Amino acid sequence: MRTYFLLITAFVCLASLKAQQDDLLSLLEEEETTEYINASFKTNRVINFHSLENTAGGVLDFKIGHRFGTLNGGFYELFGLDNATIRLGLDYGISDVFTVGLGRSSYQKTYDGYVKYKWLRQSTGKRNMPISAALLLTSAVQTLAWANPERDNFFSSRLYYTTQLIIGRKFNESFSLQLSPTMVHRNLVRTNTEKNDVYGVGAAGRFKLTKRISVNAEYMYLLPGQVASDIKPSLSLGFDIETGGHVFQLHFTNSTSMIEKGFIAENTNSWADGGIHFGFNVSRVFTIVRKKVPVI
Amino acid sequence: MNKYLFPRLFFLPLACIVFVNVACSQKYFTKNAQIGFFSDTPIEKIEAHNTTSNCVFDLATGRIEFSALIKGFQFERALMQEHFNENYLESDQFPKAIFKGQIDNYRKIDPAKNTKHIVRVSGELNMHGVSRSITAQAVIDVKDGNLKATSEFQIAVADFQVEIPSLVKDQIAKNVKVKVEATLKPLGK
Repeated sequence: MRTYFLLITAFVCLASLKAQQDDLLSLLEEEETTEYINASFKTNRVINFHSLENTAGGVLDFKIGHRFGTLNGGFYELFGLDNATIRLGLDYGISDVFTVGLGRSSYQKTYDGYVKYKWLRQSTGKRNMPISAALLLTSAVQTLAWANPERDNFFSSRLYYTTQLIIGRKFNESFSLQLSPTMVHRNLVRTNTEKNDVYGVGAAGRFKLTKRISVNAEYMYLLPGQVASDIKPSLSLGFDIETGGHVFQLHFTNSTSMIEKGFIAENTNSWADGGIHFGFNVSRVFTIVRKKVPVI
Repeated sequence: MNKYLFPRLFFLPLACIVFVNVACSQKYFTKNAQIGFFSDTPIEKIEAHNTTSNCVFDLATGRIEFSALIKGFQFERALMQEHFNENYLESDQFPKAIFKGQIDNYRKIDPAKNTKHIVRVSGELNMHGVSRSITAQAVIDVKDGNLKATSEFQIAVADFQVEIPSLVKDQIAKNVKVKVEATLKPLGK
């Protein structure tokens, strides 16, 4: 009996010692934190679409968008390389979740501006949120010379607005998917069969091939009976290549315009006829306001 | 055997546990240890800081352990922080850096006396799925029952299998300086 208890005593003491030797860190309770899921896409655009990502707070992103002519131009047009449309843009992150942007496209000499607010951030831990969601509001003013200068022309006829909800999820390290229900409003349309408001749903995804290269795709479905019969849904496929401060996006798309009202509602090229542009976006970020970091 | 034997026998192990626990209870901790790293090249200076690392030090055995969340490292430039997590340290896969080590001459540390001690720490740093032995000098400054530990050492990026693409290899130092500062308070008091 006595030996038995002594043995227990010795064992308990040893075990107690041993436990304390093993893992000191386990003595601290770990506080559960909310971990936000970042980098669902390499930049704030998928190809033409806005992605789930915002420009980080205090960062200026200079964008050069470039589309050559269409491949069906044939050898005469060197498969589109003779022509080009461009958009130059600046995006600025007011905060990590609020971005504003300005741009100018050569296509229809259009100026555009947008605000984008990410109101849900995918997270795990203390606050578990399966999706991210952002609201995008854009407006555009087309500044081509009036087609019929002799009639009464109004400035308001040049204006276009887009409202878009972007909902998506980074499923894992390499795969992200988003849906974007969209409404484009045009103050003036070409014929009375076309609607001023055009509704559609976009889908876009990316798959990372390596840490720094991903393949991206996007498609915009338009509800029937809203636009002229020659308008085709926008479909684009491409690659993102990230090199430090730059992201290069190389792609094939049937859209000439790089802004919402254009690639959603004015797209006349079709993949089937070879109406495909080769193009690229270059994104270069500049940190304007450095984050305050507590320094040792 | 009398009827008092059982309680006495019961008391013995209990006393023993209490004794052992008291003897080993000189533990110190913080949840706000600061860890900074500095990459310095002629082209670019990069630094990041983590101010929410855990540290526990056992004065009775000289063991010291640190744990830092990789996502807790903050950079001045958002893109660098993103790349640090996504491309270099792969924090989704390897969320923590953990150091478990031993202070060699820990016996000279007396928490009752305000003195500075220069000590040697050696142990294993586990980061990015790789464990490496590390030895560094540290200063333990005893002040009013708290221990302030500071240390500075170098680690080689390549040791931890962190790949640096050739395009940016001139911007990121091969050896990164690490600074640690932790003010440890007695645990459980």
